[in-house]
Amino acid sequence: MSAPVPIRIVVPQQLRTLADVSGEVVVAVAAPVTVAAVIDALEVAHPALAGTIRDRDTGRRRAMIRVYADGEDYSDTWTDAELPDAVTDGREPLRLVGAIAGG
Amino acid sequence: MSGVRVLVGTSKGAFVLTSDGHRDSWDVSGPLFGGWEVYHVAGSPADPDRLYASQSNGWFGQIIQRSDDGGTTWEPVGNDFTYEGDPGSHQFYDGSSVPWNFTRVWHLLSSVDDPDMVLAGVEDAALFRTTDGGQSWSELPGLRTHASASSWAPGAGGLCLHTILPHPDDPASMLVAISAAGVLATEDGGTTWQPANTGLRSEFMPEPDAEVGHCVHKLARHPARPDVVFMQKHWDVMRSDDGGVSWREISGNLPTDFGFTIDVHAHEPDTVYVVPITSDEHHYPPDGRLRVYRSRTGGDEWEPLTDGLPQSNCYVNVLRDAMAVDAMDPCGVYIGTTGGQVYISPDGGDHWAPIVRDLPRVLSVEVQTLP
Repeated sequence: MSAPVPIRIVVPQQLRTLADVSGEVVVAVAAPVTVAAVIDALEVAHPALAGTIRDRDTGRRRAMIRVYADGEDYSDTWTDAELPDAVTDGREPLRLVGAIAGG
Repeated sequence: MSGVRVLVGTSKGAFVLTSDGHRDSWDVSGPLFGGWEVYHVAGSPADPDRLYASQSNGWFGQIIQRSDDGGTTWEPVGNDFTYEGDPGSHQFYDGSSVPWNFTRVWHLLSSVDDPDMVLAGVEDAALFRTTDGGQSWSELPGLRTHASASSWAPGAGGLCLHTILPHPDDPASMLVAISAAGVLATEDGGTTWQPANTGLRSEFMPEPDAEVGHCVHKLARHPARPDVVFMQKHWDVMRSDDGGVSWREISGNLPTDFGFTIDVHAHEPDTVYVVPITSDEHHYPPDGRLRVYRSRTGGDEWEPLTDGLPQSNCYVNVLRDAMAVDAMDPCGVYIGTTGGQVYISPDGGDHWAPIVRDLPRVLSVEVQTLP
C-alpha cells in the first residue's frame, strides 16, 4: 500500500462555512484514491460535514451534490473509479458542486 | 426578570432579538446560518444561555447547532437521525406506500431541568432524544412503530412531528402532534403511544372522525392547568379538558377557524390566542387584515386584536411555530409572518408593534424570559 497523497478539494461555500475553513481543503488519502475514500478522509478531518455530502445510512451521494475531477463527472462512480492523475498528483482539485436549483 | 430574547427561525437563517423588560427597544442580531432554512431555535429552561437550532436545506441535509453563550457563538453538533431498525413505510398523498425517510428536524424541546436533554420532532414523523447536548440522537421508536403508522400521510408541509407537549408535572406523560396523523399520547415516557383524537372531525378524510389521520396544526396548554389542552386543527379550534382524551370545538365566533398557530397567555390559563387564516386554499388572513384573536374564556368567545397590526392589503401567513408568549408581567405575545415581520404585543395583545419588518419568511418564533 502506497503512502497517502494530498488531495485538494473544492467544497461548496455553505460547507466551507459549516466546517469553518476557507479556500480549498486538503486531505491525505491512500490508494486506491476514489471519491468515497476522499469523502471518508474529509469527514474525519471535518466531522461537521458528515451527512452533508452523502446519506449517513446508505452512503449514497445526496441528490443535489455532483462531483467532478479534471473535467470528468464522477458523481456516480464513487467507489469504482480511481481519480485521475491530475487529482492525485495535485494539479487539479476534486470539485464538489451543489446543483443550481431555485433560480 | 431582566428581559427577553426572541429566537426567530426563517427560510434563510436565524435571528436573535433582545430587549429589556419594557420590550420597546430591540437589538437585532443575525442572520445566523445565512442561506439555510432554520425551522426552529429553542433555549434551555435550565440554562438560558444554552440554545439549539435546527438548520437544514435540500442540498446538504440536516445540521444541529448548539450555543453555550446565548447565541453569540455556535458549533455544529450531532446530525445523525437514524431510525431504529427497519423504518417501514407510510402513505403518500396518492395513497401509495413510501418508505420512511428522514428529511429535517421541525421542532426542538429542551428539558426543563437538564440542558443536555432535548427532544426533536422530525419529518418523516418520529421523535428523537439526545442526553448529551446534541452530540448523539436516539429514536423513541414506539411512536413511529405504532400500529396505525403505516396509514399516516403527509400534510402539505410533509409528514412532520411538529409539536411536543410534555406534561408539566408528570415526566412520563406527553402529547405529540403529527401532520397528518393527529395527536398521540404516551403515559410511559415514550415507550408506547395511543391516538388521542376523539372528538376531532376532518371532512377531507374518508372517515371524518377516524382515530388517526387528522391534520392537527398546533397544541398549547398552560402549565398550571395541564389537563386543558388547546388545538388549532387544519380547520377547527378545539379544546380538551381531560389531557387529550377527548376534544370539543371552541371556534365560536371566529371569522374562520382555519389557521396554524395557537398559544396560551403566560399568567391566565383561560386566555388563548389564534391567528385565523382564510382557508387551506388561501393561506392569508381574511379581508387582507392581520388579526390575532383572543379568548379570555378558554374558547368560544373571541375578540379581534388589531391595534398596530396591518388592517389593509395584508396577505401574510403566521405558521404553526411562529407565535410565542413571554413570562413578563404583563405577558408579551409575539408573532412572526411569512412576510418577514415579527410583531410584539407587550400587553397581552391589546397593542402591537413590529420589532423587525423585513426578515426572510418566518418559520418559527420562540421567546426566552431571561432571569
